[in-house]
Amino acid sequence: MTSRGSGREPQESGAGLSWTGRSRRWLLKRLPPEKLLPEGQPSYVASWIYVFGIGAIASLIYVIASGILLSLNGPAWYHVSGLGRFVNSSHLWSVELFFMTMVVHLWGKYWMAAWRGGRVLTWVTGVISFAVSIVAAFTGYLLQTNFDSQWIAFQAKDALNAVGIGAWFNVVNLGQIFMWHIVLLPLAVGAIAAFHVLLVRVHGVVPPLEAAESDAQLQLTDRERSDTKSQGGGL
Amino acid sequence: MTKIRPSVSWRRGNDIASRPWTGATRKYDLLKELTVGTIVIGLIVVALSLILGSPDEPSITLKSWATNAPADFVATATAELGGTSDTAGYGPPYNTTADATQTLGPIDLQSLSGVRIPIDTATAFVTGPLSLQTTPPRSLAVWSAATTAQRTAWTSAYADALAKAPANDPARVAHGSFGPVPALTSSLLAMAKRGALDGAIQGEGGFFNLDYTRSILFLGDGTYFVGIANNAHLTGDQWGMMNETGNYPGQSWLWLFSFWYQIPAIGGAANADVLVVGIMLILTLLLTLVPFIPGLRMLPRLIPVHRLVWRDYYKRR
Repeated sequence: MTSRGSGREPQESGAGLSWTGRSRRWLLKRLPPEKLLPEGQPSYVASWIYVFGIGAIASLIYVIASGILLSLNGPAWYHVSGLGRFVNSSHLWSVELFFMTMVVHLWGKYWMAAWRGGRVLTWVTGVISFAVSIVAAFTGYLLQTNFDSQWIAFQAKDALNAVGIGAWFNVVNLGQIFMWHIVLLPLAVGAIAAFHVLLVRVHGVVPPLEAAESDAQLQLTDRERSDTKSQGGGL
Repeated sequence: MTKIRPSVSWRRGNDIASRPWTGATRKYDLLKELTVGTIVIGLIVVALSLILGSPDEPSITLKSWATNAPADFVATATAELGGTSDTAGYGPPYNTTADATQTLGPIDLQSLSGVRIPIDTATAFVTGPLSLQTTPPRSLAVWSAATTAQRTAWTSAYADALAKAPANDPARVAHGSFGPVPALTSSLLAMAKRGALDGAIQGEGGFFNLDYTRSILFLGDGTYFVGIANNAHLTGDQWGMMNETGNYPGQSWLWLFSFWYQIPAIGGAANADVLVVGIMLILTLLLTLVPFIPGLRMLPRLIPVHRLVWRDYYKRR
């Protein structure tokens, strides 16, 4: 820590830094490497509920990977190819797992009141990520190029027309929905999810609701405190 | 020891939640956890894909509609000609039918867009495609020369006659003053059965056309397409928004959206869609703003699910 810090100090303490330098200083202050990629966590981060956040990210990786493979041959490929059918199935099931893990994660964070201690933006970005993911998945169902997509488009147009946006977001226009599904919405989901994860790293995992100064796990010796800092656990 | 009520405020203060954690830690490897998680999820995805696959019910075409339900096709084509179909009376963004929009009191969002996707059902679905044939039916000229009142009288009379005919069969319709309508609809039926109508309607948007608005609206005006969806439990009153064809999970995350349509006072309302979208927008906003809403943000303290999550921590207090 000391040796790494000494390498930055001359620049970061100097006046008249460039925009780039100021940005780097701000970023390193908000999210130093030991926070971004920690090797330790507070002792309370020990529950199955924490698995679901990682599960959602892992599922999203498969959603994107299978989506990229599908995009190589277009939305009708899976109708005529065994491999295409398998990739399409992978896309479907990774989306199902993405939502399942995300919903459990969301409920878990609610009951943990995870917005405490200045983490409100983490909560808000999480909900926005969920909402945008729903739109992204919806456009995917419209791209199945089969009876289901015909029917979903036919039904969904009414809700969108009723609130005045169907004329611009026309679910029966395959070309328009195709671009939303493979470009605009993945970018939005990816950007919001990445920002959400970075916020988690910046603010750290919220401590237990009833954590008190008198708790045994907060009564550390100086030696233990030093070890905690070196593990990046000061989140 | 005095029991202190834990704070559920979103504000950064001087409490434990707001300060960097200075207590005990445990070893943790972020990248290892992500890698293990990715492998586990990958195995589940591959297993589900291999074992269960994915649904793929073939599309409905105008050809399959005309072949499997000719009476419904002819009745729908008659309604398109006479301007009495759902699409013809839809209002914005397809046409300007009066009082057709869904409103919320004085708020009429549907009209805001105006007619951005204009569809004249008689031309787009019937006379336009018929005129593209090598030898257009002569009845087309009779239709074109007629007044609007005359056309309405013909289509209305023919629609009534079709409804009264045994099995709604156009071949068993009683005689009447239908003008060129039977000839037009039978020509369209023949064109559809040959498969030429699918291309003709889709081609109205030009050679490269990925916009299926016209074809799907025409399909939806009949009972054949809707009937198939009904049999597959896909309609709005069957929780169809979250259902999928076959035994596959659909968009189950839309359960709440679908739920409102099951309540007769909402699902049966003339403005059901605008009501449901409005409710869902409000609920989504509430979910986003939970940390700022006193009643909602206090529930985690009142219902201590967190004791299960952090039971190990509480045990070692």
